Parts: sequence; structure tokens; C-alpha cells
Amino acid sequence: MSGPSNYQPGSAFEKWLDTRLPIIRLGYDSIVDFPTPKNLNYWYTFGGILTFCLAVQIVTGIVLAMHYVASAQPFIEGSNISQAFASVQRIQRDVSYGWLIQSLHTVGASMFFIAVYIHMFRGLYYGSYKAPREILWAIGVVIFLLMMATAFMGYVLPWGQMSFHGAAVITNLIGAFPVVGDALRTWIWGDFAVSNATLNRFFSLHYLMPFVIAAMVGMHIWALHVPGNNNPTGVEVKSKADTVPFHPFYTVKDAFALALFMILFAAFVFFMPDALGHPDNYIPANALSTPTHIVPEWYFLPFYAILRAIPDKLGGVIAMFGSIMVLFALPWLDTSRVKSMRYRPLARQFFLLFVVACLTLGYVGAQPAEGLFLIIAQIATAYYFLFFLAILPILGIVERPGNAPASISEAVLKPGAARPAHAAAE
Amino acid sequence: MAEANTAPGMMTPLGHGAGTNEHDASRRDFIFIAAGAAGAIGAAAVVWPLIDQMNPAGDARALATIEFDLAKLELGQEVRFTWQGKPVFARRRTPEEITKSEQTALSALKDKLSRNQGLPASADASDANRVPVGPDGKPKPEFIVLVGTCTHLGCVPVFGQGDFGGWFCPCHGSHYDTAGRIRIGPAPANLEVPKLAFVTDSVVRIG
Repeated sequence: MSGPSNYQPGSAFEKWLDTRLPIIRLGYDSIVDFPTPKNLNYWYTFGGILTFCLAVQIVTGIVLAMHYVASAQPFIEGSNISQAFASVQRIQRDVSYGWLIQSLHTVGASMFFIAVYIHMFRGLYYGSYKAPREILWAIGVVIFLLMMATAFMGYVLPWGQMSFHGAAVITNLIGAFPVVGDALRTWIWGDFAVSNATLNRFFSLHYLMPFVIAAMVGMHIWALHVPGNNNPTGVEVKSKADTVPFHPFYTVKDAFALALFMILFAAFVFFMPDALGHPDNYIPANALSTPTHIVPEWYFLPFYAILRAIPDKLGGVIAMFGSIMVLFALPWLDTSRVKSMRYRPLARQFFLLFVVACLTLGYVGAQPAEGLFLIIAQIATAYYFLFFLAILPILGIVERPGNAPASISEAVLKPGAARPAHAAAE
Repeated sequence: MAEANTAPGMMTPLGHGAGTNEHDASRRDFIFIAAGAAGAIGAAAVVWPLIDQMNPAGDARALATIEFDLAKLELGQEVRFTWQGKPVFARRRTPEEITKSEQTALSALKDKLSRNQGLPASADASDANRVPVGPDGKPKPEFIVLVGTCTHLGCVPVFGQGDFGGWFCPCHGSHYDTAGRIRIGPAPANLEVPKLAFVTDSVVRIG
């Protein structure tokens, strides 16, 4: 869909620049004149929201790094409070507007994950991972993995009890791998346990990763702009009549959605900055005592539940990593020729069940891994994998999809013309 | 060899004389492979320090041993301290704790290996193989020294909870007995016994 450029350099300077570095042309073709399906709904605004989230994290993060001290050494001789812990307290109490910037950064991490999960479920529902967008999807999964690594390392930096023991639990997962596990774990720690060396390298990488993410976001947008956007019908753009220019139609729609998102963001930042965190992380790290109830941040809970659902240590680790790796294979696991689940009556129901399974995993991930919670976690984990490895491959063959509209324009102008899935299923 | 392959009109444009295409190709291949190999070895030589720098540094490795005086322990008391950044439990066991552990059959254990760094890896997890061996060569069952890191995911177990009178890991529910052996729960192995050596009658060197 990235057709010939319609950019007309206006001023003499623009003409001069365009023959040397066509950067204005690039911007014009990508975000002004870019032909975009005219039926995108609000679920499609989360890409823009995510770009905003990344920018917030980078800007606030760079500022926080000017005040943060990455050291597990005692704040005062003999104290059990580390310099890292003390410096975060200082940012919150003494640094001008530190309370705001620190809060934007921690709440921002949660907002980032809320947005990315909605973005991913949207991609799942409308079949945005299918040909010709497999690479686009795979880059997205890579970004998700980088986000998880970055968020995990960032959570370690305040060096509270949850930071420390969370880091211990997660790095110990690596020790589960046979033969190389122990050496690899020591290598990651830089010591024989989670230590000052670990904190320092986590800070270094936590600073690096967002820029890697930014580069991958560039690739993601590049891979998006070759085939162009998918859309709620899943029917590819067939003519210019199916599209509108990105600006002003989607710049305005994205901006409106972003404004609503920022209200939610601000509500947390100003009224409940710690609501999404864990109070135990306000206790300084103590290597000799683990918090009785150790849980990760909310956005990791579904994966934590999968880890604990498998009674075997290595098996749990493999299932947890596998739950993300399976997303890479998704474009080839889903055998249906119909992209959007709007026109897939059975797939839509299994999808809803999948969302419920993910939310359930998130809930049981926060509960003790015993009794009924463990059984629920195991059922939800089984469904999570069945959805990708069995249901989607089989459904594509046995399901009788509804009639998708002939074009986007038809779906927009004559909504009754295309038979929705529930009518077709009769 | 080169002359044999030389045919009129197959001189290279650069006029290398005797060189045929084939001859040239093999020389070029050699240079290509040699340069590539030198580059690869050079790259590996540069990458290795960048990887190895992440391993424990000299000062961390220098803290490999620590000494502790077991005589300081009262009956039933446990002291926790760190060794190489890891928590260590030094405990003086009560007679009941000792009997309980000694009477446990090996067949009842989930992990049947001693996990004692001072013993061969194949040694069994009997109580005698878990406790320190005194300067006289006899086991000292009233003491036990363990690395207090749950073998599941590295939390620190607490004493006095759980079903076996020993340690219990609150994170994911692993139960250890009074010799620190895993009995129930997700942990795959017994709590590690560090390498121990008596410096005096009561002072033990860990590591």
C-alpha cells in the first residue's frame, strides 16, 4: 500500500533538502498522506498510545537516572538501607518534582502493559498476524519480550524486598536449565547470589533496552507500512475508495483516544501512584528473609501462574517461555483463510474464552499456588496452549465462516449487505 | 601445476601472467578464507572479554570462605548469616530433631542425594551425610549448616513451619525436614550443605 509518493516540496529549502535527505518526504508519506483503511475502530488507536508510553518512559527514565544511585552498598555504614533504596526515596521526597517523575515512570510501566495487552488482543481478534503481516507480528512479539525484560530489570532497581527476591526468583529460573544452568545464573548475577554486581548490570541494561525497543518500533512501523493496516473486516484494501489519508482522520482519532488514556494515566499518577505496585517493596532488601507472599507485578501474573501450574521446575520454566514463543508460530498455526473473527462464529467464542483464561491466569497468579487455585491455573494453562496448538489449527479447517464483505467500502456503506457471522451460522 | 592449466587467451585482465581463472580462484579463495578466519578469531578474542567480564569479579571470588563458631549456638538456636551473598543457616538441633531426621528412611526422601559439597556427588542423603564432620572424623549431628536458598526458585525458607518440623519455603510451598531435605513441594533438591572444615574444635570454615 506504500504507493508512489505524493509529496510536493513547497519552499526552495524543502526542494533543496528533498534531493539530499528526503526526510520530510518520509514523514509526509508515513503520517500525513499514508492511505489507511477508513473503518479502523478505537481498538486501533493503541499503537499510537504505545508510542506515547515509550516516549514517557524514556523521558522520565533519563531524568530519574540523573538522581538514582545504582548501589546495593549501605546508605550509612551499618545500615540495612542501600544507597539505591535511599536514592529512590530521595527522588520521591527531596528532588524537585521527583514525586511526579518517579510516579509517571512506575505508573507508566503499568500503563504501557495495559496498552500492549489490548493491542495484542486486538491483533488476535482481527487476525492481524496473518499473511502478509507475519513479520510485523513477530517484531511485535520481540518488542513484547524486550518490554518484559526491561520492566523486570526496572522493578529491581529500587532494591526493596520485592525487587530483591523477585530478582532471585526470576534469575533462579535460569538455573533450571540442565548442564549450563548454574554457570549461566552465576554469569548473570556476577556473583554467587543476587548482589551489587547484579543491580549495576540491571541498571545498565534497563537504560539500554528502551532504545532497542525504539529501534524495533521503527521496524514494526516499517513492516506495517509495507502491507498497510489490517482493519476490522480483515478484508484487504482494494481501491483508493477504501482508504482515507492518515492525517487528519487518524491523527485526530488517535489524539482523542490518547487524551482519554491520559486521564486514566493521570488518575493513577496523582491519586493512587502505588496502587499497582506492592507495599513490600517499601521494605529495604534483606537477603536473609523472603516476603511471605512473593508475587510479581500485575502484568507478569498470567505468566507466573503458568510457571507455577506445572509441578516440575524445568517444565514450569519451559511452559512459561513457551507461552510467549508460541506467539511467533501463531501466523502458521491459524489455518483459517478468513482474517477477522467478526466472520468466524466459532473462533470468536473460543477467543472470548481465551481472554477469560488469560484474566483467570492473572488472578490465580496473585494467589498462593495450592489447592483450588493450582487446579484452576492448570486448567487455564491447558486452555492457553490448546487455543494456539489445537483450536486455531483445527477451526480453520472445520469452521464455516460467515460471508465477509467484498470490500471495506461495502462494509462501511451498506452494513447490512455483508452477513454477520451469527446470521451465517444459522 | 599452474602451467599445465594455462591455455592461451585465458590471461587475466590484470596480466598476472601464468594465472588461469581456476588458479586465481584458488588463490583468492585462500586469501578470502584466511582473512575471514583471522577476522573471526579476532572477533572472538574481543568478544570473550566482553562476555567474561560479567562473571564474578576477583573481589567477589575472594570472599569464598567464612568462619563461624558453632559453640555460640544454644540448643535449638539458629543463626543466619551470608556467605558469598547467600544466606546460611547454622543450627544446633534438639535431640528430637536429630532422632526425627535419623529415623527417616531414605526411601521416604524425594531427593536421595546428600547435596553436600564436602562429599562425592553420589553420596546418599542420610542424616550423617548432611551434618558437619568434626576434627575427630566423626559426624556432629547436633549441628547442621545449610545454604538457606530454596532449591526451587531461591527464596529463603523459614524454620518451624511445614509438615516435617524443619524449614518451609513460603514462596511456593516446599517443605524441608530437620536435616534440610526436601520432602514435599516443587523444590527438586535438598538444601545445599556447603563445604565445611573445622579450624578448631568448634570453629568451622565454610567454603
